Amino acid sequence: MNVMTPIQRKSKLVLIGNGMAGVRTIEEVLKVDPDHFDITIFGSEPHGNYNRIMLSPVLAGDKTIDEILLNDDAWYADNNITLHKGKTVSKIDRVKSQVIADDGTVADYDRLLIATGSDPFILPVPGVELPGVITFRDIADVDEMLDASKKHKNAVVIGGGLLGLEAAKGLSIQGMNVTVVHLMDSLMERQLDDTAARLLQQSLEDQGLTFLMGAQTETILGADHVTGVRFKDGTEVAADIVVMAVGIKPNKALAEKAGIYCERGVVVSDTMQTFDPKIYAVGECVQHRKATYGLVAPLYEQGKICANHLVDKGVLRYLGSLTSTKLKVTGVDLFSAGDFTGDDSTEEIIFRDPGRNVYKKLVLKDNRIQGSVMYGDTADGVWYFQLMREATDVSEFRDTLLFGQNHLGDSGHGAGSQTASMSLDTEICGCNGVCKGDIVQAITAGKLLTLDEVRTHTKASASCGSCTGLVEQILVDTAGGDFSKAPSEKPLCPCTDHPHGDVRRVIVENELMTIPAVINFMEWRTPDGCAKCRPALNYYLLCAWPADYQDDDQSRFINERAHANIQKDGTYSVVPRMWGGTTTSDELRAIADVADKFKIPTVKVTGGQRIDLLGVKKEDLPAVWTDLNDAGMVSGHAYGKSLRTVKTCVGSDWCRFGVQDSTGLGIDLEKALWGSWTPHKFKVAVSGCPRNCAESTIKDLGIVAVESGWELHVGGNGGIKVRVTDLLCKVKTAEEVMEYARAFMQFYREDAYYLERTAHWIDRVGIALIKEQIVEKDDARRAYADRLVYSQKFYQFDPWKAHATDQTIRREYELLKPEFELVS
Amino acid sequence: MSDWIKICALEDIRALGSRVLDLPQGRVALFRTNDDEVFALEDKCPHKQGRLSQGIVHGKSVTCPLHNWVIGFETGKAEAPDIGCTRTYQIQMVEGDVFMLSAEVSEMPAALAG
Repeated sequence: MNVMTPIQRKSKLVLIGNGMAGVRTIEEVLKVDPDHFDITIFGSEPHGNYNRIMLSPVLAGDKTIDEILLNDDAWYADNNITLHKGKTVSKIDRVKSQVIADDGTVADYDRLLIATGSDPFILPVPGVELPGVITFRDIADVDEMLDASKKHKNAVVIGGGLLGLEAAKGLSIQGMNVTVVHLMDSLMERQLDDTAARLLQQSLEDQGLTFLMGAQTETILGADHVTGVRFKDGTEVAADIVVMAVGIKPNKALAEKAGIYCERGVVVSDTMQTFDPKIYAVGECVQHRKATYGLVAPLYEQGKICANHLVDKGVLRYLGSLTSTKLKVTGVDLFSAGDFTGDDSTEEIIFRDPGRNVYKKLVLKDNRIQGSVMYGDTADGVWYFQLMREATDVSEFRDTLLFGQNHLGDSGHGAGSQTASMSLDTEICGCNGVCKGDIVQAITAGKLLTLDEVRTHTKASASCGSCTGLVEQILVDTAGGDFSKAPSEKPLCPCTDHPHGDVRRVIVENELMTIPAVINFMEWRTPDGCAKCRPALNYYLLCAWPADYQDDDQSRFINERAHANIQKDGTYSVVPRMWGGTTTSDELRAIADVADKFKIPTVKVTGGQRIDLLGVKKEDLPAVWTDLNDAGMVSGHAYGKSLRTVKTCVGSDWCRFGVQDSTGLGIDLEKALWGSWTPHKFKVAVSGCPRNCAESTIKDLGIVAVESGWELHVGGNGGIKVRVTDLLCKVKTAEEVMEYARAFMQFYREDAYYLERTAHWIDRVGIALIKEQIVEKDDARRAYADRLVYSQKFYQFDPWKAHATDQTIRREYELLKPEFELVS
Repeated sequence: MSDWIKICALEDIRALGSRVLDLPQGRVALFRTNDDEVFALEDKCPHKQGRLSQGIVHGKSVTCPLHNWVIGFETGKAEAPDIGCTRTYQIQMVEGDVFMLSAEVSEMPAALAG
């Protein structure tokens, strides 16, 4: 034995229930702290953990059991987990901290996790105990149904909800005559409105199913096997098997017997803890804030939070989940989410095309989506669900909302978002060159179930994010039906669970002044953050404390650290500022001299009306800057999340159409705003007449001159997805333009998340808020403008000059050489 | 210490920073962590040969500036799920100076080694 290793007894964690929620929690525990526990798992079923939501495709013959297995025996062995398959825990002894299985197996625990899932709800009618009455819950049930379909002809499915319809369709595919019995007059009444339900019923009838609606089951008939079903009204229907699919109920029996407080399910707090502090619970057996969940994504979210507390990190809270539903039945496209019934305070937008059997309904409240039901064409379901989760103001595109995301003018993917019909070699992510086949392969091979996992494994949608909707759809099509997601406030990065908004607020409220202070105070998981959070923190700090914060250049991307743009070969490009796009013969001569002196291979005119010197060696940068400085030029910040260019047209000085001095105003704006850091790049343009030659309406801030003054436009973007600006307001004088421009930029600086362009920011918060703060409230506008002026006192300087003249910094640009001479 | 060659002083590299060592066989990136440990990697990301020396240093790893691969200092390996490996060089610290193995420093350039 190695005497150097202190012997320490590891805590024991026991999981009851070898299903998706419980095992996911264990996986999260292993991810965060693999050595924290000795782990033991009990499962009643004789299998490893499998994807229960894919049982319908197994019944329909589209998948095999092997294909839906999530964790095989090797996984348990590799992670040193003791697995008791096929053993049902019959007792929890809370005094001795032990669980006891029906075969006498005993396991001690320090922490116990209950994930017993749910049981099918069995109608309390005579005959339910007869052979041939089957539930639809696990692999054994599916085997029994498949077996019955080979011997028998007639099946009755009781229950016209999600599960019942999937079972009915599966049995029908297996060759049985299927009658669906439903108590209500309308199918899936908790997910569908009447119209969608009628379309669904019609479609399933066309596919050969029979429906008995409003039928109340009285007795299941038969002597030693099921022979039929009798209803309250006296009618009967013949049946060789009866599938009971009226619903599920949380399986709380074991917990209740052990004296743990239960209501409809095992009651847990926001940390997934039961009333016994040693015992946690996750999954379908749980009741959290009065709600129970039966879809996979909320259960996974619970698992992540539970694991965080099991390993004593203790920072996450479960706040409940929004869910959406998709029916996993071949030939039926159906999607529903949120509150789709509406009330007096809501509005409905409905699209109906009986010829194509397409129906879409959106319920809006205050121009935000509350719920949706879609039938026949569900391609945009994921998008609507995203708009709903993020409470996006849709007023700007209400008129085309029902026609889908493509109609927003998404130039990248205009042709089609019907990912299901795309071929495997269709490119989905243009940034990273990822095809549909790569994504499907990664999801299948890696058993991926969340967007983040797909991003990590394939890089699809990891860059610009414009294909996120497509990737989510492929995930839905490939990984399974009821794809849903937890609340949309995403953590800043994997180092923390806090979203951007929280971090900004905490920095200000607690007067945190350095990156280590934030990392300590907010309990980051990493000692000094990562390349994602450090630049964000550096920005939030400098914006909050312009006078006091010491900018940390090592928390900036290389372009902002070296004040030049890194190119793919490791050289840099240099862009000097040209105020309002104007230059002089002297400046051009100096640029030409620099290009010659440093043998700069490419000189190019940029889209922002200036000149780019490409292919400069890093070692040469300080000398290049010195020469440009000597000719009176400063950094153009072409590399920064900061003011880029102010593009102008020639305006009234020369142009026969010009109505105002756009060039002069552009120069004034650039001189006022340059040097300031922003959440993302910030582009400005000034046009001298409504012909708009400076393309103001696709800039973050675009000014357009009219006879009577100036129009201010905001939130434009000419990049991956073109977005035309929103009109903010009209003002009379150039002085007013200056104040509004400063105020708008400062509001963006203070309110947007890091790496959020003005276009996305405005989509998130709504143009109404911008108008309120900048146009309607004179005091607020002046305060924003003043704060920008104050910040500029500290940040408006030429970084090139600072770097070229500071010997300590300049040294960083030099190469090290070893202190020896090569002997040849 | 004859097998070891002094490269620079610890203070020549800022904490959470890097410097580039120019060798005939190629450039080597030297990194300093927040705990004043120094590591050396070939200055090439295994993905698209990005200059690792220009990335952001965090913990015992660096994020490549080109496509955000994360390379670990101790092994030179890319963080999963990315797959790839960058060459590591041995470092020894003596009284605030950074030393490398002379054999590794004076290797013949691959092109000349025949």
